[in-house]
Parts: sequence; C-alpha cells; structure tokens
Amino acid sequence: MIWVPLHPGWLLGALVIWLALWGLNIRLAGQAGRGRAMAAAPVLFGLAVLVLWEGVVRAYEVPPVILPAPSAIAVRIAGALPVLWGDFIQTVIKGALTGYLIGAGAAVVVAVLIDRSPFLKAGLLPVGNFVAALPIVGIAPILVAWFGFDWHSKAAVVVVMVFFPVLVNMVAGLSASERMQRDLMATWGASYWQALFKLRLPAALPFLFNGLKIAATLALIGAIVAEFFGSPTMGMGFRISTEVGRLGMDMVWAEIAVAALAGSAFYGVIAGIERRATFWHPSQRS
Amino acid sequence: MLAVVALILAVWYAAAVWMNAPWVYDQAVRAGETVTLAEIVPATMGQSRPVLPAPHQVAAEVWKGVAGQAVTSKRSLVYHGWVTLQATLYGFVLGIGLGVALAVSIVRFRVMEVSVMPWAVISQTIPIVALAPMIVVLSNAAGIEDRMVPKAIISAYLSFFPVLVSMVKGLRSPDQMQIDQLRTWYASEAQMFWKLRLPASMPFFFASLKVAIAASLVGAIVGELPTGAIEGLGARMLIGSQFGEPLIMWAALFAAAALAGALILIVGAVERLARRRMGVPA
Repeated sequence: MIWVPLHPGWLLGALVIWLALWGLNIRLAGQAGRGRAMAAAPVLFGLAVLVLWEGVVRAYEVPPVILPAPSAIAVRIAGALPVLWGDFIQTVIKGALTGYLIGAGAAVVVAVLIDRSPFLKAGLLPVGNFVAALPIVGIAPILVAWFGFDWHSKAAVVVVMVFFPVLVNMVAGLSASERMQRDLMATWGASYWQALFKLRLPAALPFLFNGLKIAATLALIGAIVAEFFGSPTMGMGFRISTEVGRLGMDMVWAEIAVAALAGSAFYGVIAGIERRATFWHPSQRS
Repeated sequence: MLAVVALILAVWYAAAVWMNAPWVYDQAVRAGETVTLAEIVPATMGQSRPVLPAPHQVAAEVWKGVAGQAVTSKRSLVYHGWVTLQATLYGFVLGIGLGVALAVSIVRFRVMEVSVMPWAVISQTIPIVALAPMIVVLSNAAGIEDRMVPKAIISAYLSFFPVLVSMVKGLRSPDQMQIDQLRTWYASEAQMFWKLRLPASMPFFFASLKVAIAASLVGAIVGELPTGAIEGLGARMLIGSQFGEPLIMWAALFAAAALAGALILIVGAVERLARRRMGVPA
C-alpha cells in the first residue's frame, strides 16, 4: 500500500492550504480589477505548489536523494551561497552574458549589412531561418574542443546560438517600416544613414526585442550545455553533473533555483528594456 | 539561395585549410622538412582528427554512417537517429496534448489564466538542461527504467509552450459577431467550443507545430547529453567529444540537422493537407 502516507497530518495540512490558496485565487480571478490582484495570483499559485511539495515529501518520507523538500533546499541555498555565487559568475556572467552581447551585437550589425544587398537578403534569409530551427546546441562539443574548457568556449556556444534568431528577426524588422514612411524620408532628402537611424532602426525595435527574448532563454541553455562537455571545476552545469553523481540532490535543486532565477531575471530585464524602448508599439499599450 | 550555400561551402573549405594548417606545419617542423602552400592544402583535407573537417569529409562520414552499416549497428546513424526520433515524437505528442489541454482550460477558466499562464512563461525561462538530470533521477525513482521517458518529458517541456500560446490566441480568435451569432442560435458552451472556437484555432495550431517539432528535437538531443545516454544523436556527439573524434561529432550534428529539416517539411505538408481538407484556399 504505497499510497498510504506515513504522516497523514502533513499531507492533509498541505491539501487544506492548497485548497485555501486556490479558493483565494478563484476570488481574485473573479474580480474584474487589474494590477496588484492579478500579480498576486501567480505568486499564490507558486506558493501553493511549494506547500503541496513540502507536504507530500514529509507525509511520505521521500528520501532526500530522490526529492528533497523545499525547506531543505532553502537551507542548502543559504549554506552554500559562496559556491552558488561563484558558479553564477562563471556560467551566467562570463559564459552566457558575454556570449549574448557579442552574438546579438554581431547579428544586428550583420543584419544591417545584409539589408543593403538584395542578393544576400534573398539568399541568407532562408538559410538563416533553417539554421535558426536546427539543434545548434550540437556544436557545443566542437566549440569546447576549439576554445578550451574555460568560459571562452561557453561564450562561443552562446554566440552561435544567439546569432541566428536575432539575425532573422532583425532583418525582418529592417523592412518593417512602410513604403510611405520611407518615401517621406526621401522627400526630406535624408541620407541612407539618417533614414536608418531615424526611421528604420526604431521601426525594427519590436522585432529585435522579439529575437532578443528568444535568445535570452537560449543563452543560458547554451552556457550550461557547453559545461557538460568539459569545464573548469566551477559553473552551474559542472556542479549539477557532479552533484547528481554524488547524490547531493539538495545542491542540484539549489543550482536549479539559481538557474531559474537567473533565467527569469534575464528575460525580465530585456522585457523591461523593451517596454521602455518600444512604448509606442501597439503590443505595449494595454 | 544556392549561391549562398556555395559561398558557405567555399568559406568552409578556406577555413578548413586555415585551421588545419598549423598541424601540418607542426608535423613538417618535427620531420625537419619545409612545406610549400601547394603541399599544405591537400594535407588539410584528409586528416583523421582535423580541427575543422572539410565538407567532403563530413559528407563521407555521414554517408558511411547511413549506408555503410547495417541499420541495426551501433555505428549506424540511422539507428541513433531512430532512437532520437522516437523520443522526439513521444515528446512532441505529449507536448501537444499538454499545450492544448492547458490552453482549453485557460480560455475556459479565468482562474487558470491568472495563476497558471505566468508560470508557463516562467517555465520557459528556466534552462531545461539544469532540470534534465533531475528528471532522470526522479523517473528512475518512480521505477521507470526506459531511457525514453526522461527524454520525452524534456522534449515535451520545450514543445508545449509554443502550442499553448498559439492555441490560447487561436481559441480567442473568433470575433464578437461570430460569438453573438452562435448565441442567437442558442448554442451551448460545448457547442460554441466544438463548432466555432476549435475550428477557428486550427491555423494558429498548425503554425505552432513547426516551432514545436524543432523544439522537441532540441529537447531530445539535450536530454541525451547529461543523462548518460549511450544511444541517440546527442549521445553520439558526447562520445565524439570524449574520445576526440571530431568526425563523429560533425556527422551526428549534420544528421540532427537533416532530421530537423525533414520533420519541419513533414509538419508543413500535414498542415497543407489539413488546410485543404478544411476548405481553406491555399
């Protein structure tokens, strides 16, 4: 009878709290108002999941080598802050962020260059679209072999992964301005560069940010995957693969929490910049 | 487009010469000889462990992997591709099911929208590879020996999101006029769903499938990396990396690329067929 809990109290308590939070959410959802109440609902949902997790682990006495309780993970995070911080710097700042900036920057420049030549645009776009759909993570082992184990190879993987989504979106964005607007620029005698900076680049921003957001999630995946193919003795991918081997599951979950936080924050920062930079676009007005 | 492909091949050959040349120089210096440029170029084309293999080497390796072995051989790319393809398709189906189910409940119940939708977005910002080893451990603990299961879960995790987003948009795409029309006919909520919302969402659904199938394949390959898999294209890359055999890595990479291209083409063909059956002019 595997389904009979060893400590029914914990399970019952967790279920009661779950139902209470869910009920609260239904009431929140029933209110027509926006803003703070709407922001509270997902937080409550997350909290409810954590409570249920904790309750199930305690009620069934799930061994920590299989699934540690959220409280145990929190204790571990508090205890291993310096290690987590070191891994964060190595993987997110040095690997993912450097690669992201180089890759996205290069993609924007290349997109502007391609845009001037109809020949390249016609030929490169299908190729770019195709490459953007490929499992590019596969080049990770090759780049690790080329650039060594340290963060340079991770950044290189991220550069390649980030490049194509940003390129494809940016090229599409550069042709987003309307014929009428470009004609208006021409009647004002604007040079190519003036038209580029005053009309076409701003018009391309919504597309660019679309690509940048896709690339943000890819960047972290690339940096972590590259670490599975060889890394110095630090970094999130390294820590995860070694701690799984040592059955240190609480540490693995601590790294997952850091990765989740870093990924969401990264995405959030770009979405925030987008809101500032493209406030005029219909998708931002609601 | 062909011109661009030709250009890429030319750049590739040039890069192969440039990157493999140091090794040739090194060999020549050790042997106490000097080499001319005319000798270097052919020497960079056929190394067994090149820094950057020339395109024809990769093509030969892929051909050897596909046609040179029995398809059941451990060296056959067809065999490894089949393993990866299975995980991809399981994950794809699972992801579609999950995405559609979530989308339907989100459109139907407002509480699901406000509390679950933000987490669906957050779930995609979490690097899945960090979770991958845990999924393997958990499915082992649950008594699942099949290595296919964790891979399929990872690939479903990546592929449900595009389906979810498109389906939510699609189920909401009927305009007020159409909804009012069904109300005047006294349609129930279920009839509204089956006769109006679901058909209206189909173009959105098929558009998302192309993204989802590519994501599924990435998921299956990523799922093979940290899970100690010994079969599949991802495992092939890992083996090539660990044993310092670049040609194995490149062949697996191109096999994966070909698989991705084929899957996208198939989904596109299914989409066209479905559109024609539903009477949408092409």
